[in-house]
Amino acid sequence: MTAVTAAEMTATAGPADGAAVRPARPALARRAWRSFWTLRDPISGRLRWTLMVLSAATPLAAWVILSGTGAVDSLFLPTPVSVGRAGGELISSGALLGDVTATMTRVGIGFGLVVLISVPLGLAIGSFASVRALFEPMIGLLRYMPAPAFIPLLIIWLGLGESSKIALLVIGTVFFNTLMSADAARAVPRELIDASYTLGASRWKVMRKVVLPHSLPGLIDAMRVNIAATFNLVVVAELIAAQEGLGYRITRAQRFLQTDQIFFVLIVIGLIGLAIDLSFRGTRNLVAPWAR
Amino acid sequence: MTAKLEMVGLVKEYGDLRVLDGVDVCVASGELVSLVGASGCGKSTLLAVAAGLVPATSGAVLLDGHPVAGPGPDRGLVFQSYTLYPWRTVRENVAFGLELQKLGKPEIRARVDRYLEVMGLTAFADALPRALSGGMKQRVAIARALATGPEVLLLDEPFGALDSQTRSLMQEFLLDVWRETGTTILFVTHDVEEAVFLSERIYVLSSHPGRVVEEIQVPFERHRTREVLTDPRCHELVAHVRDRLHVWAAQAVVATDEVA
Repeated sequence: MTAVTAAEMTATAGPADGAAVRPARPALARRAWRSFWTLRDPISGRLRWTLMVLSAATPLAAWVILSGTGAVDSLFLPTPVSVGRAGGELISSGALLGDVTATMTRVGIGFGLVVLISVPLGLAIGSFASVRALFEPMIGLLRYMPAPAFIPLLIIWLGLGESSKIALLVIGTVFFNTLMSADAARAVPRELIDASYTLGASRWKVMRKVVLPHSLPGLIDAMRVNIAATFNLVVVAELIAAQEGLGYRITRAQRFLQTDQIFFVLIVIGLIGLAIDLSFRGTRNLVAPWAR
Repeated sequence: MTAKLEMVGLVKEYGDLRVLDGVDVCVASGELVSLVGASGCGKSTLLAVAAGLVPATSGAVLLDGHPVAGPGPDRGLVFQSYTLYPWRTVRENVAFGLELQKLGKPEIRARVDRYLEVMGLTAFADALPRALSGGMKQRVAIARALATGPEVLLLDEPFGALDSQTRSLMQEFLLDVWRETGTTILFVTHDVEEAVFLSERIYVLSSHPGRVVEEIQVPFERHRTREVLTDPRCHELVAHVRDRLHVWAAQAVVATDEVA
């Protein structure tokens, strides 16, 4: 046993000695490369920061080089400067504010309805086998129907106004959020519920004081995932018929071949999405610090 | 001695499977009684029936002579798995049952403080469960069950998940708490030595179906220390009970192999 270990040690010591003779840089690169592929282990802070900066800087640099050198026509790929200028115009004319407000209002109302429907329903499905049997088969079917395919129907039913857009958002998100909320409720350990009964809790108290708080981080996680879908769909809804909104701004810019505006709006959409994601994470850590 | 908790002719069937087959168990007021059995003897089911969480197929559970229907704070239950509310601090966990009884804040505080002290948890009152060791978590669970002032404390292998050093500390600790509070305790375990060390009486259960095959009076006084474990009578008793359980334990292993 000891002999083997000693042999292994000399075996590994060999190449390491060789590396020490060479200049320091390749050895560092090799170490970074090796630590790049350590499964599940944390990587060094320096490597992490290098990779994170690379992931943002590489596409940005490609953009600057491809558009700046004229390698790609500016109609297809506008320069960062012209995108910035187009953004400046959208901001100073107040158009951007109007678009963001319109889009966020739709997302707010649509996702608000989704939460109002799916959280109680999901908690009930996750807690009562009867409610589960009643709803789960239907929801399992409905959620695989692509929401945009409902657009023609929704326009016939509800017209071209706000209600058909909101309905699209609800249809596209509510089923997923219900099933994920149900999973959160089902994750409450049976024995925690039983222990609560023996402490004198009624069924209603168990739902309110045990199932709800225990599911809360799971509910917020579900919302965080599904609001991204709502946000995707609102842009789709606005592509079809709208007078205002970020999706509308993109369609309009396309009509006038203003690719710089399209780029700017896409960046705004990305940033809003990131802000929503971070705010949900923040909320989760705030209301359920025990589950961090 | 009056019977505090009584189970009479308890039968529990799940479909065609008979888990409990006419079990009679009686725990006197202030007594600490153990139920020992190999796996599959239905001892956890028996406790769930006593707690009112699972209805019996036939037979009755009597508390002070009155039949019980459904779970209630008069029969506190502690599980082997940790069942603390992870979002509540130790203090808030212990207070849960008292909040449900709609007691005033000062009264809740006073009662919680008392049980935190009895259980040696005062220093951890504001910690969340995830910061606690397994032994500490079970102390909180016991404190929470005791705080509502139950007539009987039902313990379902509460130290089963703990390492052996912690387990023996917790056993001594449970004896201290029992002497201090005078609560009636029904303790379920598969650990024969644990049963002998803790209890005044032991019921030995058979497996498939569960039935009481022997009732043993433990020959040690209430105020005992770990020294009784080196007593020859203790060795004899442990060996005897292990012997009785052995046949069912072997059956259980075979049954599990067949399933696998």
